[in-house]
Parts: sequence; structure tokens; C-alpha cells
Amino acid sequence: MQFMLLFSRQGKLRLQKWYVPLSDKEKKKITRELVQTVLARKPKMCSFLEWRDLKIVYKRYASLYFCCAIEDQDNELITLEIIHRYVELLDKYFGSVCELDIIFNFEKAYFILDEFLLGGEAQETSKKNVLKAIEQADLLQEDAETPRSVLEEIGLT
Amino acid sequence: MLAHFRKLVPQLVRILKNLIMSGYSPEHDVSGISDPFLQVRILRLLRILGKSDDDSSEAMNDILAQVATNTETSKNVGNAILYETVLTIMDIKSESGLRVLAINILGRFLLNNDKNIRYVALTSLLKTVQTDHNAVQRHRSTIVDCLKDLDVSIKRRAMELSFALVNGNNIRGMMKELLYFLDSCDPEFKADCASGVFLAAEKYAPSKRWHIDTIMRVLTTAGSYVRDDSVPNLIQLITNSVEMHAYTVQRLYKALLDDISQQPLVQVASWCIGEYGDLLVSGQCEEEEPIQVTEDEVLDVLEGLLVSNLSTPVTRGYSLTAIMKLSTRFSSVNRIKKVVSIYGSSIDVELQQRAVEYNALFKKYDHMRPALLERMPIMEKSATNGPTEIVQTNGETEPSVVEPKHPPLVTQPANQANDLLVLLGGNDVPVIQTTMPTKPASAGGELLELLGDLSLSGGPAPAPAPSVPTSQPSFLLDGLSSQPLFNDIATAAIPPMTAYNKNGLKIDFTFERANPNPNIAVITIHASNSTEADMTDFVFQAAVPKTFQLQLLSPSSNVVPALNQGTVTQVIRVLNPQKQQLRMRIKLTYTLKGSPVQDLAEVNNFPPQSWQ
Repeated sequence: MQFMLLFSRQGKLRLQKWYVPLSDKEKKKITRELVQTVLARKPKMCSFLEWRDLKIVYKRYASLYFCCAIEDQDNELITLEIIHRYVELLDKYFGSVCELDIIFNFEKAYFILDEFLLGGEAQETSKKNVLKAIEQADLLQEDAETPRSVLEEIGLT
Repeated sequence: MLAHFRKLVPQLVRILKNLIMSGYSPEHDVSGISDPFLQVRILRLLRILGKSDDDSSEAMNDILAQVATNTETSKNVGNAILYETVLTIMDIKSESGLRVLAINILGRFLLNNDKNIRYVALTSLLKTVQTDHNAVQRHRSTIVDCLKDLDVSIKRRAMELSFALVNGNNIRGMMKELLYFLDSCDPEFKADCASGVFLAAEKYAPSKRWHIDTIMRVLTTAGSYVRDDSVPNLIQLITNSVEMHAYTVQRLYKALLDDISQQPLVQVASWCIGEYGDLLVSGQCEEEEPIQVTEDEVLDVLEGLLVSNLSTPVTRGYSLTAIMKLSTRFSSVNRIKKVVSIYGSSIDVELQQRAVEYNALFKKYDHMRPALLERMPIMEKSATNGPTEIVQTNGETEPSVVEPKHPPLVTQPANQANDLLVLLGGNDVPVIQTTMPTKPASAGGELLELLGDLSLSGGPAPAPAPSVPTSQPSFLLDGLSSQPLFNDIATAAIPPMTAYNKNGLKIDFTFERANPNPNIAVITIHASNSTEADMTDFVFQAAVPKTFQLQLLSPSSNVVPALNQGTVTQVIRVLNPQKQQLRMRIKLTYTLKGSPVQDLAEVNNFPPQSWQ
């Protein structure tokens, strides 16, 4: 996979993950073009399209478009499965995920994506392991926030 | 390097087997299939490893068959795995039974309701149709049905696949479907579809009449989308089918009466009416009921084209020339004279020039008119690939050499306008038997520019060029006289020469002429090394003057072995349209005994036959 984009029906970018090195300007340009192209597609159309020299696989979940760019020799159908697996992970983690969850907890979304995909390829196929890793990371985060009493907060003792 | 990994094939096969056979593992499971990601990965790796290796392919055969038959296809996951399996089977050296199984899976995909699956199937079938043609033919009807699908990507794929599947047996049925598709498809497809139809019709037409009918159908339905260079091709086709002239011109005339907005149709029709107008008026046609057309009606139509806003300048040129040709075939010459003289003051320079020249024909050179405007001989189709080659014929000769038999003159304008320009302006070319000194040079310049413009704009109308009066026979005759010269040269052998010989490196050039295009000289360089050490990283580069074009193909190797043990060969193709002396500057870089060596040299001693 070369990159993955998540954007809403209004064309606002919610998440972007790039597995190829590109300058910022190029990324913006690609994002703009791709968002336009995908949003122009009618609902009944095929989930694959050819764009430049890449294949674009996209799937719409509620109001979010999940869009992946894969190379010529990659399997499009399994990419659809990858997108679905990612959505399932988000769903399991957030509990019935919706776009707002991703907007407010985008860093968690990125963490989950990074646990699942590495360098554009799926690195962990077990749902349980991915979620376990995220849970452990969360635990560490909570431990770091030591409980402080009200007085300590104001600065007295 | 792959050999190192091929040892792992049995292990991979075992792992895959376990995956399929083993029980349910909830965390890796996707809709009943255990770990499809891993399965797809293993299949892909097997594909890479088995690609050109018989042993590994054999070891994989069983497991691939097993996966193909046991995977559930009700969900997308199963289909994803099957798709990967099919790709793998196609790429490795599998046995034919397995390949048939793969094609059948793809056929099943085509029947699936899911668009994605159909898209994927069409794409893969396109890849395999070259190798397993017969198997794919079985699914032809499904593919043709996909032409009617609503999705744009599927339609495009189905169209490409249909063209790939057309053959002599199914041409009639397929063409019906394709023409129907042409009617109803989006504009972006029409150009490709039209070109495809022309190609297929050319290759497999069962009869001339069918061919002409098909072409007519394409012109009338998708006329404005047809590519510009197909107009000359069609004209050439029509002249070739001699017995169909009357029928063709009649149908074209009728089509023209209906609709004059589609430029290619109008151009072809006006050309044919110009050529075969007499057949049209005489009303003889065996194939269809003859229609009664008078000369005036025909002239009305052609004049209508001239004044209509829908006609492009090119079309106007065609129709003016057609009117002029009819002056020898029809009896109402006065009317034609009037029309031609009106356009003598037209704003469009092209039309004006033609009209002025035709006027001159009427006034001063009336004796030449019949000879000039005679029927065109059958055009030779040049032997290069299909639609891109423009064939020009010139039936007229210069007035002082009015022979009853007009040799077909085939000048081959290559796709570059420059070649056309230069060929026609090649006054330096030897062997011109022209005796026409008196025509003003300025007119010649304009003609050249006009022809240059014509060919620059995608070569839309080489046909008008031949009927231009012989004020410039020198150019046209150049082609005439140089054509036989080309043929002679093609058969004579060209002696090889030594281009460079220094520091132990010797480079020989051997020549041959590329048959389809006599302007291309194919030079093979042989580099040999007489020193004691090998020359590594050997790179040969060549540069030629601007009037030539050079194409350097890849060398046989980068190492010139020592002591003349072997040679490095490389092929150079030089396009030499101006027939100027071939000169070349070569640059050699190589590493000898660890130190890099670079050298530049000029090669001037090419044998004359290589560039003449």
C-alpha cells in the first residue's frame, strides 16, 4: 500500500497515513485530487478505480470514505478486507465507532493503524493481539497520570 | 537469489495446508476463513517463487487446486483468496488442467452480482487472453453482456476484452454487439471503440460489402469521434474494393443527405462523390435499388457543404476538390466553373489557393484537365502497422509526360511532419526527371507550408494533395523517382566498416535496411577488445546531426572480453529522411584494468549506400 486516506462526505480529511516519501505539497495535491475523484463516484459503482499509475480501493462506511492506494501487483479484494479489518478494530476499541470518535481521538486511531499496518503491509493478523497492544499502551498512559489531591493542585503542600 | 528461497516452497505449501485444514481460531478468523491475509501472502510468495521454475510449480499444483476448490465464495474474503490463487496459477508453470480451472473461476466471477468481483475478473481475463485464448472464448457471451453494465470501468474493460476476443468465426455476432455498444456508450469510449471496430473489421471482414456496411455504420453513429487518420485509411479501403464503388458512393450520398455534421463521414463521402460521381448519376448499382440522382442534385449537396457552418476548413477543401473532379465526369461544367471562381476570393487561404489553381486549370490548361482529374489508381497500403500510417497516392503526372498508365506513387510520410515537409521539398534528391521550371517558387513555398500544416495537424487530408494541379510536380515526382530507388537500395548489400580503432578497442558497423521503411538504416555495432584485460562497464553512446533521428537499443552486455574472445553488440536505428550523408559522433566509456577510460570520436566514413 502506498497511502491511506480517510475523509468525510464533505471532503474533510480525517486521517492520512503515507507509506511513501513525498513532499508536503505533493501530498496535499494528491489528497485534493483523490478526494474529488472519489466523491464524484456514484454509489453503485465499482470500488476500484485507476488513478495515475496506482489502483485506488475505496469503501464508504456511513459518512466516512476509507481510501487506499495500492500498486499494480497488489490484490484489490484483499485490500478491501484490510480496510474492513481496520474498521472492525476501531469498532472494537471505541465500541460502536462513529466519525466523531475518530475526530476526537484521532491519535488513538493512528495508534491502532500503526499496530495493524506497517510499511503498507498488514503486520498483525490477529485482532486480539492488536487490541491487546493498544490496551497495554493505554494502561501505561493512565499510570503516568498519578492522582493528585486538590491541595497539591493549587500549590499548597 | 530466488533459488535460495525456492528451498522453502515445500514448507510454505505445508503451512498453507495447515491453514486451510486447521480448525477455527477466533482471533485470526474472517467470516469463516482462517487468516486470509496470511493465505494471500503465502500465495503471492508462491507466485514469485514458482514463476519460471518447473519444480516449485509442480510442488504447488496440489495445494493450489485444493485452495481453488475448497474456498467458500459467498463472501468477499473467499473471493479475494480465489483471485490471488488465479493470479498465481496464471503466472507459474502450471499444468493445463489447473489453468482451465483458473479460467473457470474467473468465468464464475463474471456471473457474480458484485461489481468489484466482475471488475477484477475482467481485468485478469484481459491479462490471460493472450495465452489462453480458447478458454476465454467460452465466456465470450458473459463478457459481451458486461458491455451493457452501468459501471464505466466495467464497460471499458469489457470493451477491451471483446476486441481481444474477436476472431474470424465470431466476427459478425461480435460486431453487432460492438456496434450497438458504440451507439449507446459515453463519448470517452467512442473514439477507442471506433478504432477497435475498424481494426477488427479490417482483419476479419467476411466480405467487402459487410466491411463497407460496418464502416458506414460507424461513421454515421460515432462519426465525430473517429480518429483523423482513419479517413485516409477508409478512402484507401474503398478504392481497393473496386466492385463496390457504385454501392459505396450511393450509400455515402444518402448518408450525406441526412446529416452533414460528422466531419469524417462528410470527408469520405465528398471524396467518393468526387471520384465516382459518374457512377452515382448513372444510377447503376446491383446491390441496392438504384436511386435517381441528377448532376445538379449532387452539385447542390457539395456546394451545400462548402457554405455550411458545420464544415471544417478541411472538409471544405475536400468538397471543393470533389466539385472540381466532377468537372470531367459531369456535363454541367459551367456551374462548376462558377463555383470555383467564387472561391477564388475566399478568406480561407487554403480554399482560395485551390480555387485559384483550379481556375487556372479551366482557363489556361484546359487541355490538361481530363488527364489531371482522372480516376485515382488503387492505393498501395504500406506495410507498417495499421491505422497510423498515412498512404498518399498521386495519380497525376506532370503535363509533359502524360502517359496513359499512371504508376502508383507511394510516398511514405512518416508520422513526423518534418519528414513529409522534407521529402516533398527535397530538391537536392538526385534523379528528378522534371522539366517544369516555370512555376513560381512562391507558390511552391505555400504548397509546402500547406502540406506541412496539413500533416502537422495530424494528417487529416493527404487526399487533397494529389489533386493539386501540377504546378509542383517536382516535389511529387521526387517521391515517384525515389521510390524505385528505395527498392533497389533495399536489396543491395551495404559493406560493413570500421568506425573506431584505438587503444585496443575496435568498433565495427554492419548495416541493413529496415524493410518497411527505407529511410531507416539499422546499424549493428560490434565492439571487440584486443588488449589483455577485459573492458568492463562498457557504454556506447552516439549522437547524430539534427536532421537524423537515432534510436539506440540495449547492448548485449557491458563487458568486452579480452583478446578478441567475444564482442559486444548493440543495435542502432537511424532515421534518415533527408538522405543526407550520415555522420555520427560516438562516445565510449569503459573501465580497463581498474581505470576508467573515456573517448570521443567522429565517424564520417559511412559507405554511401547506407544513407542513400
